Amino acid sequence: MDNKFNITVRGCDLYYGNFQALKNVNIDIEENEITALIGPSGCGKSTFIKSLNRMNDLIEDCRINGEILIGDQNIYDKSMDINLLRKNVGMVFQKPNPFPMSIYDNVAFAPRTFGIKKKSELDKIVERSLKQAGLWGEVRDRLRGKAMGLSGGQQQRLCIARALAADPKILLMDEPTSALDPISTGKIEELMSDLKSDYTIVIVTHNMQQATRISDKTAFFLLGEIIEYGKTESVFSNPKDKRTENYITGRFG
Amino acid sequence: MKRNAHKRQILKYAVMQIFTQGALVISLAALIAVIIFILIRGIPYINMQLLFGDYTSKTPSIKPALIGTLYLILISITIAAPIGIGSAIFLTEYTNSKSRLIRYIRIAVETLAGIPSIVYGIFGYLVFVIALGFKYSLIGGGITLAVMILPVIVRSTEESLLAVPRSLREGSFALGSSKVRTIFSVVLPCAASGIVTSLILAVGRVISESAVLILTIGMVVNKMPKDFASPGTSLALDVYYFGSHGYPEQAAATGVVLLVLVVSINIIATVIGKIYGKGEFADG
Repeated sequence: MDNKFNITVRGCDLYYGNFQALKNVNIDIEENEITALIGPSGCGKSTFIKSLNRMNDLIEDCRINGEILIGDQNIYDKSMDINLLRKNVGMVFQKPNPFPMSIYDNVAFAPRTFGIKKKSELDKIVERSLKQAGLWGEVRDRLRGKAMGLSGGQQQRLCIARALAADPKILLMDEPTSALDPISTGKIEELMSDLKSDYTIVIVTHNMQQATRISDKTAFFLLGEIIEYGKTESVFSNPKDKRTENYITGRFG
Repeated sequence: MKRNAHKRQILKYAVMQIFTQGALVISLAALIAVIIFILIRGIPYINMQLLFGDYTSKTPSIKPALIGTLYLILISITIAAPIGIGSAIFLTEYTNSKSRLIRYIRIAVETLAGIPSIVYGIFGYLVFVIALGFKYSLIGGGITLAVMILPVIVRSTEESLLAVPRSLREGSFALGSSKVRTIFSVVLPCAASGIVTSLILAVGRVISESAVLILTIGMVVNKMPKDFASPGTSLALDVYYFGSHGYPEQAAATGVVLLVLVVSINIIATVIGKIYGKGEFADG
């Protein structure tokens, strides 16, 4: 992978067996912006975000056509190193999923995967990542404590730190706050705005306010298609498509 | 009418309660009677001579059986643990669990776990003692025991692996981990307590087994085994030998030793499961 980390999707169709989950998706996601994906449940937005780091490869009978480029590199090329792709494209899941090990070992997991063994170096990465995730102050005294002992919101920020420790360029977030209380949600939203300058962020959200609060661009998905994509302000204040308007004003979905 | 129906309900309830209570009392009493009887008959005859003395026909000893049992545990677990755990990893991590072939393999493994041990014994006799010319030997018996406990280890390891939430595997893959790293660094540590528990229970089965060994290791109660290839005996076999050769006290005493061993193994397994099994995963 080279130095450009914008995402270009052209004519992307995705099938689970006979079911077509994505239909001719075309989208350009810019670097250092937050792009929100909204739409009713089952509209394909989670499927789409998982195709950006090829997590769909784990699902049997999932087929994908079309092109997904990061920079100039088609990530579905045969020559693509999937582990390297996933290192560069980090992911945070809906439910916090820290490993049942210490806080330190969670954050050091990806650096260790990619061969960093020196303790001083790992210490630095762990501290930097936890600071980026706004968790350092809360856990600095108990880095060897179990990650499972943290609250839900802390666990999710730990997962963000864990993803950042891999030194990704793109961060995918699949409804990262839907299992959290409002205060934790606020912290994570703040965090995303801070991270924007260094990372390209794509977030799936069911929360319209969240999309308007944090994102630069918004894409509205419906039944596997992108109905509308543009600047968040204009999508919400001046939707071009009737279906977008109906959705964001709460008339369906 | 209604009142009668109500009365009948109360009566049914009372009868059911008395019956189930009675059943419980009888089953507990039977169990406790066995244990107390063996303890009373056996404990007075446990002494250093029986446990660690040299074997003479006047003063028999279970030292050869203790050593033999250790050999058998060592041989069978060394063989069965890696193969069993490996098979379970393959079944859960590398195959589609819905495929028909895998379903048949599961059924086969479960069936193997239910085969009477004497059948494994005759297999071991025909293969190791006769066909391969091992004669009666601890190694032949140990391998046969390994075959016997394999399905048990596969099944329980598989269950421990399946209990590791999918979200943890996904989390590992999403950080750029290979499959091997995911298995060794995330899946196996999460399942470790379950796997260790299943191995300990397998040790318990090896200790309690007699039918397989009667046909494979020769029941040489009076000589210390020299090595893996020697014939030998085990604690369970000693109970049988003493009981049928005019040493009822020693049989009961050996029974006590066996009982204590198996009970402690089960307690250890439960404790390990309790300590490491709870609050491990994000889900739940």
